[in-house]
Amino acid sequence: MSATHDVLILGGGGAGCSAALHLARRGARVALFERGLVGSQASGVNYGGVRQNGRHPAELPIARRSREIWARLRELIGTDAEFEVTGHLKLARNAEEEAELADYMQVARAHDLPLELIGANRLRERWPWLGPRVVAGAFAPEDGAANPRLLAPALAQAARKAGAEIHEHAPVTEIAHDGDRFVVRAGGRAWRAPIALNCMGFWGGEIAARFGEPVPVAPLAPNMLVSEPIPYFIEPNMGVVGGDVYLRQIRRGNVIFGGGRGVSDPAIPRARPLPEPMLAAMARAVELVPSLAGVQVIRSWTGIDGEMPDRLPVIGPSRTTAGLIHAFGFSGHGFMLGPGIGAILAELVLDGRTDVPLDPFRIDRFALGSAA
Amino acid sequence: MRVAVVGAGPAGTRAVEVLVRAGHRPVWIDEAPANGGRIYQRPVAGTTRSARDLYGTEAAKAKAIHALGDRLRAASDWRPETLVWNLRPGLLDTFSAGRHEAIRAERVILCTGAMDRILPVPGWTLPGVFTLGGAQIALKAHGVAIGARVAFLGTGPLLWLVATQYLDAGVAVALVLDTTPFRTKARAAAGLLAEPATFGKGLALVARLRLAGVRVIEGGAPVAIEGADAVASVRVRDRAGREHAVACDAVGLGFGLKPESQLADLAGAPFRFEPTQRNWVPEHDGTGRTPASGIYVAGDGAGIAGADAAELAGARAAWAAIADAGGRVEAAEVARLDRGLARLPPFRAALERAFPYPAALAARTPDGTIVCRCEAVTAGELREAARASHVTGGAHEVNRAKAFTRVGMGRCQGRLCGPPAAEILAAALGCGIAEVGRLRGQPPVKPIPIPAEAAA
Repeated sequence: MSATHDVLILGGGGAGCSAALHLARRGARVALFERGLVGSQASGVNYGGVRQNGRHPAELPIARRSREIWARLRELIGTDAEFEVTGHLKLARNAEEEAELADYMQVARAHDLPLELIGANRLRERWPWLGPRVVAGAFAPEDGAANPRLLAPALAQAARKAGAEIHEHAPVTEIAHDGDRFVVRAGGRAWRAPIALNCMGFWGGEIAARFGEPVPVAPLAPNMLVSEPIPYFIEPNMGVVGGDVYLRQIRRGNVIFGGGRGVSDPAIPRARPLPEPMLAAMARAVELVPSLAGVQVIRSWTGIDGEMPDRLPVIGPSRTTAGLIHAFGFSGHGFMLGPGIGAILAELVLDGRTDVPLDPFRIDRFALGSAA
Repeated sequence: MRVAVVGAGPAGTRAVEVLVRAGHRPVWIDEAPANGGRIYQRPVAGTTRSARDLYGTEAAKAKAIHALGDRLRAASDWRPETLVWNLRPGLLDTFSAGRHEAIRAERVILCTGAMDRILPVPGWTLPGVFTLGGAQIALKAHGVAIGARVAFLGTGPLLWLVATQYLDAGVAVALVLDTTPFRTKARAAAGLLAEPATFGKGLALVARLRLAGVRVIEGGAPVAIEGADAVASVRVRDRAGREHAVACDAVGLGFGLKPESQLADLAGAPFRFEPTQRNWVPEHDGTGRTPASGIYVAGDGAGIAGADAAELAGARAAWAAIADAGGRVEAAEVARLDRGLARLPPFRAALERAFPYPAALAARTPDGTIVCRCEAVTAGELREAARASHVTGGAHEVNRAKAFTRVGMGRCQGRLCGPPAAEILAAALGCGIAEVGRLRGQPPVKPIPIPAEAAA
């Protein structure tokens, strides 16, 4: 049977919605399928960091590409999703962590990432509210933060306007390749196209396994909290070497922070924050910014992402099925990278190539590792 | 069996009584320093007002619950001034006196009570506006009035009760405005006669207020609460559509009650929409047993039924927990409780019909009026978020509206703004109130402070 569409996208997170937008803008006939509402899982309920600082060298080219899209989000989708360039400050709490910050300067230079290493004295001159345990910092002025609840829905809405079909509450009941085309069934209807994009986050592992290339993807439920509003004083988005706490304040006053993991059941799907990591994150936050002591925490949350053993996404063509392209297992990095990954997927589909090196993200890297 | 009872109002106190009688020593937790709950909240130390002054016709019941609570303190693991801020399988996460503690319990009986339901009247965020419950607590527990000349706006038995209590305490009552017309109440009267004593008490309150010369408007609507920095007057519309301005320095506002059911939600109990009450309530089997393993609900937190019903339901839920743990159940006692509980629903339904939540008024909240006061979200913003052409696509249920507008994301976590936000959204979408769903709960159910840095 002939194709109804050019591309079928599985998963309505940031990457899938961004791919739908970029493909539709270039005239492709696109249908996207989302089990619930777009941006309901990791894309919609994450910390909201838009950070290049400290990214794995393999991820930096995607981060650079994505950052360029973040800068023109408003013209692209009609909202900047509250993206604000606040800079990102990665902090060291001991000499070992400080050495790691110093080492990273070379990586930043190699990728033209503006980054400034700051010693203890100057750190306190610029941000006098930092706690005594902080010994050094690396400041990336281009970084910032945005509102995750808005990004994926706005990408999807822009994709709709560009002509893409966005099917919400449309769990895919069947996906198969008939040797020629992919057939996707959802809600009793069938769609056919030569290309399918697997943008299903944690659940992307099930699709990969169905096409004979299982990968070790695990659910990841980052534990996050938000405080009541207090007078605005924490400008930069902040993290630490090791990543056990991250923290930012939005202009309306709330402090958003996190650390550790909640619990999740991807089968339901449901994720719950846990009290122990909440209390640990509070203790670490107050270590970075002592004046947060006594501030009230009003809510905590988490969502379900997919994490790979090397904490790098799977991005690129399937090794078993022509026309299937994977982009999942973002390991907590998808919010920032999503807009860029969508653009890259559109290039892979329509141009057959992209400038961003994708070799580190190939799906067979785990199989290769175990065979070696 | 390690069992915990959360709440020490009428339901919680009776639950603990049964557990103790059956040989258990339950963990018993309440945010207040002593038992009694909101309905029978005890005054601060040193007050000289009598029980009759504080609790009116319910003085004997209040005294009985207090005396019982005092007796049960030693027989239970009593934890006053303790907040349960999260509930997960087998564990209650608590905060008290600066300290966090996870308390183990295989079974948890949630007697978490109710709170006022509001209508976002223009100006309701001005200083001097209190919920009816808040106005009553001020008087009952702290011996102070919310103002010297108070207007009461709302509907429900509490409206008339609080107004009368203020009158009796010597406070000038500037106005009582009930959004329910007298006709609606009269129509429900037959059902209310199922509990003639309670019905009679209600009539007596209205008569007392009218006799005292208090201005009473039934079937009217609040238009605005006005004042520069604090409440100076209210503008209301009467049944004939005439507007009246009434000078006052405080407003008590409330439109019935809603269950405080966040812990049941966190524990995974399923909820259903109860159309007569127009509330979401945790599902249970009539004995308090929810489909969530080891979780029981009783009292107003399980659906608004009032204090007398709460006493029966608390005891009944305790027997359900005892039975589930394989304990011996006193069959005659359980049968007595079941008979008592079976009598209540018709009266309650009539009461809800007599004082319905003014959903149409909520749906017509002016665009510029703040609905969510924590996050300053207006009715207009909610309506805008519901539009399919919105930049994020339209919000078709309340959690989506929360994601797009921040409604319910603030300090109160939607406890206050949730019901009116759902009304406004449903009206904007042209669908039924149940279809827009309810705000999902997230811990902590009430704010908890970030502890000071641990000493190095």
